[in-house]
Amino acid sequence: MTQVAAAAFPTAERERALDRVSDLFFTRPKLLTFLLLLPPLLWIGVVYVGSLFALLLQSFYSLDDYSGLIVHEFTLSTYAQLLEEANLQIILRTLMMSALVTIACAIIAFPIAYYAARYARGWTKALFYLAVMMPLWSSYLVKIYAWKLILAKEGIITWLAKSLHLTWLLDGIMALPIIGGPSLSFSYIGTFLVFVYVWIPYMILPIQAALERVPVNYIEASADLGAEPGQTFRTVILPLALPGIIAGSIFTFSLTLGDYIVPTIVGNSRLMIGQAVYTLQGTAGNIPLAAAFTVVPMAIMGVYLWMAKRMGAFDVL
Amino acid sequence: MAPAVRFVNVSRRFGSVRAVDGVTLDIAEGEFFAMLGPSGSGKTTCLRLIAGFEQPDEGHIEIFGETADGVPPYKRNVNTVFQDYALFPHMTVGENVAYGLKIKGVPRAEREAKARDALAMVKLGRFEERRPAQLSGGQRQRVALARALVNGPKALLLDEPLGALDLKLREQMQEELKALQNALGITFVFVTHDQGEALSMSDRVAVFNDGKIVQVGTPSSVYERPESRFVADFVGSSNVLPPAFAERHGGVAKWTSLKPEKITVNASGASVPEKHASTDGEIKMVSYEGAVTRFNVETEKMRMNAEVPAGDTRFKPGDSVRLIWPKSAMATMEDVA
Repeated sequence: MTQVAAAAFPTAERERALDRVSDLFFTRPKLLTFLLLLPPLLWIGVVYVGSLFALLLQSFYSLDDYSGLIVHEFTLSTYAQLLEEANLQIILRTLMMSALVTIACAIIAFPIAYYAARYARGWTKALFYLAVMMPLWSSYLVKIYAWKLILAKEGIITWLAKSLHLTWLLDGIMALPIIGGPSLSFSYIGTFLVFVYVWIPYMILPIQAALERVPVNYIEASADLGAEPGQTFRTVILPLALPGIIAGSIFTFSLTLGDYIVPTIVGNSRLMIGQAVYTLQGTAGNIPLAAAFTVVPMAIMGVYLWMAKRMGAFDVL
Repeated sequence: MAPAVRFVNVSRRFGSVRAVDGVTLDIAEGEFFAMLGPSGSGKTTCLRLIAGFEQPDEGHIEIFGETADGVPPYKRNVNTVFQDYALFPHMTVGENVAYGLKIKGVPRAEREAKARDALAMVKLGRFEERRPAQLSGGQRQRVALARALVNGPKALLLDEPLGALDLKLREQMQEELKALQNALGITFVFVTHDQGEALSMSDRVAVFNDGKIVQVGTPSSVYERPESRFVADFVGSSNVLPPAFAERHGGVAKWTSLKPEKITVNASGASVPEKHASTDGEIKMVSYEGAVTRFNVETEKMRMNAEVPAGDTRFKPGDSVRLIWPKSAMATMEDVA
């Protein structure tokens, strides 16, 4: 068979082997797809899902209180510990912070994304991408330490408040219960501000992508049918941008849920989930409880996505 | 009675381009009015000026006797059927049609009933629960029509509404639109680049070129009596005879339009009847177009087209023929542009 083909379509000896490979892939495209997907599938399958499974397994073990050793027996007692007052506080605190950061990111990101999608053209669009992406190019740690300086008692915000004779306002805010503190860099307000800053590009870009897909003539059609700009925003633009907002919120929400660096550097000493995991697996050596804590953000994200789907956020996709 | 739409010396510029350049126009109430022209001739911009998506840079627009200057689209009592329909993808067909009523605060039961009636009127009953993405192009077009008409506009604006449909559907929709307009008695303003569509559907046609209206009139006057070479060529692919040629062949010394279907193709040396004119030439191309056969003939000075009922197989490319036409078919044009 191959001899006949070679005789019918003569090629140089050197080319023939490469040709055969190309011919094989051309006639059997699924083989090529399989070969291309094999490395990433192995990576996801073994390294990612495998370690996830190992983590899940750990969360069903427990720690012997006296010896400090891990008891390799299946139990739900570690999960029960999550419901203890102190641990529940950590979870609720993290959840609240994530929700507030997400809402703030969405509110700040939307006008920026709307401008970029609808009005920015040419160099203004390039400037937009640069402005949104550039913070992502510098180290996350550097940015957080920079914020610590900005928010510190000797920092620029205190100075600015003094210059504007607004020290009374800053002091008033810092005197507020729970969210206040000795200074911005040691308060929930500080943690919140830094989170909003570091995650906002992840909210802007998906919203912008969703808005780019809304043709101008939907907006014109809405106006034509009698809708004022506010009504068009609520009934046409917002529903069509919703998948983008949900996508962005998945980033901001899950990144905040799991982060342990921001609250460690800027914030009061009350732990968030990430810090709890860090402490438990390190100094405390309580791997099972650390694993159980890690499952919490995953479970919350699962519920979140399910609710988003129920609300129809993905219908337009 | 005030006209449905009045343009007084209206211009609209985009950068250095004059998309609409000094247009003055009256569209009567209850009229089926076509705006015909090639792409970029300003016809769609004129429609958008009526809808309110654009504001004139110069001039003045009145809609039903009231000034439209500075009035946004949502305060105008006209509705638009968009070229690509612009149906909202996140709403069902029923919600799309009821959208305008919902915005006006019509109670749910009433607007749903009206939406159903409007869908029935365009023969799309029982489609309310579908999504636009589940419909064919022709069905989407009908939804767009129902969505506009349900608001009871005093004028309906249609932007190349049939452009995306196949020929069969297009012919059917032409008839239905015409019947709908007769039944509703409201003004239809219809933008198209298809001269056949404009001629067959409208009461009057405005022919656009380069942002200007070059001729307005009934379909027959625009077709039979083009005032310029552009109209003669664009509406009906006339033979445009130069003044000298026209004068030598039974006309006067002016640019003259001669319709291909008025010319007969005869054997060379055929006798020319009284009140007829003729010229001799050689057939360069024969194209069969279904109902007619078109001959492209090289004469002494110019190429001419003649159309004869299909089935005439006497002549083939290379044959010498005599073209004969009645002198009365020669329409002189005032304007050369």
